[in-house]
Amino acid sequence: MQNKTKEPFVRLAKRDGMPTLKAWGIRLVSIVAALIVCAFIIYAIVKLNPLKVYVSMFEGAFGTGKRTWVTIRDAMMLLCIGVGLAPAFKMKFWNIGAEGQILVGGIATAACMIYAGDSIPTGALLILMAVVSIVAGALWGLVPALFKSKWDTNETLFTLMMNYVAIQLTSYFVALWENPYGSNSVGIINQMSRAGWFPEVFGQAYALNVILVMALTIGMFIYLRYTKHGYEITVVGDSHNTARYAGISVSKVYIRTMLVSGAVCGLAGFIAVSGASHTISTSTAGGRGFTAIIVAWLAKFNTFVMILISFLLVFLEKGAIQIASQYNLSDYASEMIMGIILFFILGSEFFINYRLIFRKKGAKEDAAK
Amino acid sequence: MTCLDRSCAIRMENITKVFGSVVANNKVSLEINKGEILSLLGENGSGKTTLMNMLSGIYYPDDGQIYVNGEPVTIRSPKDAFDLGIGMIHQHFKLVDVFTAAENIALGLNEKGKLDKKAIAARVKEICDKYGFDVDPDQKVYDMSVSQKQTLEIVKVLYRGADVLILDEPTAVLTPQEANKLFAVMRNMKKDNKSIIIITHKLHEVMDISDRVAVLRKGEFVGALDTSKTNPQELTDMMVGHAVELNIDRPDPVDPQVRIMVENLTCYNSDGIKALDNVSFEARSGEILGIAGISGCGQKELLESIAGLQKTASGSSIKYIPAEGEEVQLVGMSPLKIARLGVALSFVPEDRLGMGLVGDLNIAANMLLKNYQSGSSPFTNKKSSKALAEDVVHQLDVKAPDVDKIPIRRLSGGNVQKVLVGREIAANPNVLMTAYAVRGLDINTSYAIYDLLNEQKKKGTAVIYVGEDLDVLLELCDRILVLCSGKVNGIVDGRSTTKEEVGLLMTNLVKEDE
Repeated sequence: MQNKTKEPFVRLAKRDGMPTLKAWGIRLVSIVAALIVCAFIIYAIVKLNPLKVYVSMFEGAFGTGKRTWVTIRDAMMLLCIGVGLAPAFKMKFWNIGAEGQILVGGIATAACMIYAGDSIPTGALLILMAVVSIVAGALWGLVPALFKSKWDTNETLFTLMMNYVAIQLTSYFVALWENPYGSNSVGIINQMSRAGWFPEVFGQAYALNVILVMALTIGMFIYLRYTKHGYEITVVGDSHNTARYAGISVSKVYIRTMLVSGAVCGLAGFIAVSGASHTISTSTAGGRGFTAIIVAWLAKFNTFVMILISFLLVFLEKGAIQIASQYNLSDYASEMIMGIILFFILGSEFFINYRLIFRKKGAKEDAAK
Repeated sequence: MTCLDRSCAIRMENITKVFGSVVANNKVSLEINKGEILSLLGENGSGKTTLMNMLSGIYYPDDGQIYVNGEPVTIRSPKDAFDLGIGMIHQHFKLVDVFTAAENIALGLNEKGKLDKKAIAARVKEICDKYGFDVDPDQKVYDMSVSQKQTLEIVKVLYRGADVLILDEPTAVLTPQEANKLFAVMRNMKKDNKSIIIITHKLHEVMDISDRVAVLRKGEFVGALDTSKTNPQELTDMMVGHAVELNIDRPDPVDPQVRIMVENLTCYNSDGIKALDNVSFEARSGEILGIAGISGCGQKELLESIAGLQKTASGSSIKYIPAEGEEVQLVGMSPLKIARLGVALSFVPEDRLGMGLVGDLNIAANMLLKNYQSGSSPFTNKKSSKALAEDVVHQLDVKAPDVDKIPIRRLSGGNVQKVLVGREIAANPNVLMTAYAVRGLDINTSYAIYDLLNEQKKKGTAVIYVGEDLDVLLELCDRILVLCSGKVNGIVDGRSTTKEEVGLLMTNLVKEDE
């Protein structure tokens, strides 16, 4: 290879895997680097002491007991959806429809609260709501899977469209259940009787949310890693040809897995309505169905890693709101910080997967920016 | 035979190209005159396409020099090639489906100003009339047949003013009638003083269309002959070379009995082209049946039909005849059904990581692939799979850091193949099918695989071995079935046949319907 052309200044080579500890080290470094970059930007644009800004971000998320519990509640919500999306994405079925699946689960829950709230004891009512929300979410997941199996429709578009159907459906029910009349909202359901609300556990309003979502997280971890179903999901996600070779029916796995995925997202709707907002509106899902995709992918479908990522995202969100109000900044400033941090975290994956080789001195490794 | 005069359109001198440790072309020198059709002949992997890719700017030679019209040139990109009047028509068409013929032709021309479809259409018509093409400038590509797409590719190249056309196995996708039409057009282009290089391994086409034949073997230039002064036998000898002594063990079959009986098997590939045409044969226990043929002659479809992965046309029959018990008709059955009937069929597919294994899973989890469903527990049996994985790793000397952590994708090709073969053999098959089992493997691993196949043969398994190296097929197999264009072109005895006989059967259909 006596080429006269110069060797490029820097080349990329795929890494042969990296010890888990080192990989996490790089991720940590990337967050620190992001905070440093943010510090400069904060100072350059708004002339504030970055350290003070960071402190108030932290206070926004964990400053008081109540704030901490709200952060936990929201992280659990995001985690729950991420856990629901994991099996679908692991199978390379692009379920963009969590929003819709959450909403229909929420509608089913709200319906139970409104129509059966006063006639059924709390325990039975909670179980009923869980069941109907699971069924509703599963149905919403089933439709795109059926069409994909039978006619090979594009599931990305299909699940996305199902979101709009769910939003319209929600608008209809909001109008139907309007309370008080003319408010164009459902209001807090059963505000006096608290029927169908999550009961306090250990004196905490949101403890049941944590218990439920943690159970789902552990359950999904086992389902994906140790069961025959989980095995089939991995094979289908890897290669349809391998699945056929192994005698796995791809359509069957699609349908079954989307039932599971939709069911968990439907249950997230139940938790959102019965365990958090106690109302239903078109913003009950609030974009979390999309944010949870980041959670699932960043964690590479490891549901325990998802816990960390959910907390990080919710922390950033709460912190951003806090600095926006405390320093009178516009939302954009705080969203910028959030964007920079996410960019660095996602960017660090590049350095975990690839190695930079510089000209001359051979293989010189670069850890992170 | 140097041609420094202007009649020499292209001259390649001592061209060498290396991919990693594989020498694809070693000091190849080749020339083509103006107004000439040159056939480039060679077996799979002999470096024909690599050589032509360097001419069309897709690869850059590591060494050597290319001359166009006597001038030394550097071809760095397909655009450079076009500027020099060299155009290649690839096996896989590079057309935009939703565009019309005229739009596809205009694509990438980088002409300034507004796109003048009328002018393009007029020019396309001119080219078509001149050479006898039939192209509708307004037809969308997705409405076109394979032959029409190919015509469009040729017109596209001519539109850009190519004087040298390279066609990579153009007839592989055509019916005999379409091929004849193509040849007529090629002759017209030749009259117009264009130079044409056609890559092919069909000898009758070589004899039919070309003025000269250049033969490559294992990356080296063997020779060039005038077509009128040679014959298929001589060309085959040049192509396959002399038999090499490999010393692969070949025990005699003991008490062979029919295990798989294939009758009138016909099937179509995803493009709707007949991949197998009325194939009949039997595979016997205690015997290795070799399957030879130029790549893409139906080998893949044949094995996948038996494994229940390929739809077969009506009238096809594949019977599995066990040593004891009733025979089973495999046509119309899914792989799962076949396995549930207790048919012990093992299959090592060509696409190891895309079909035989799951790249993201570790060795132990890959061991589960075909029997993960056994048992009534909802959980997979990790313990037994780990034990099996350790067995396979130990017995076949697989080089892997561990069996239950590292994804199999990270292992080397040889180790991946050992895991796959090991799993399939561990299932105690009655029938073992392997497709290109030693492709890309080093000598030692290859011999390890031959030994494993022989061991299976001694145990009374019916082994079907699809291979591409004729030397190996001749030394390993008891019988060799030769496929040519999806038809059985002969079944010969592995002990008495010669390389030349098999080579001729591979390239020359016995009953050619012209």
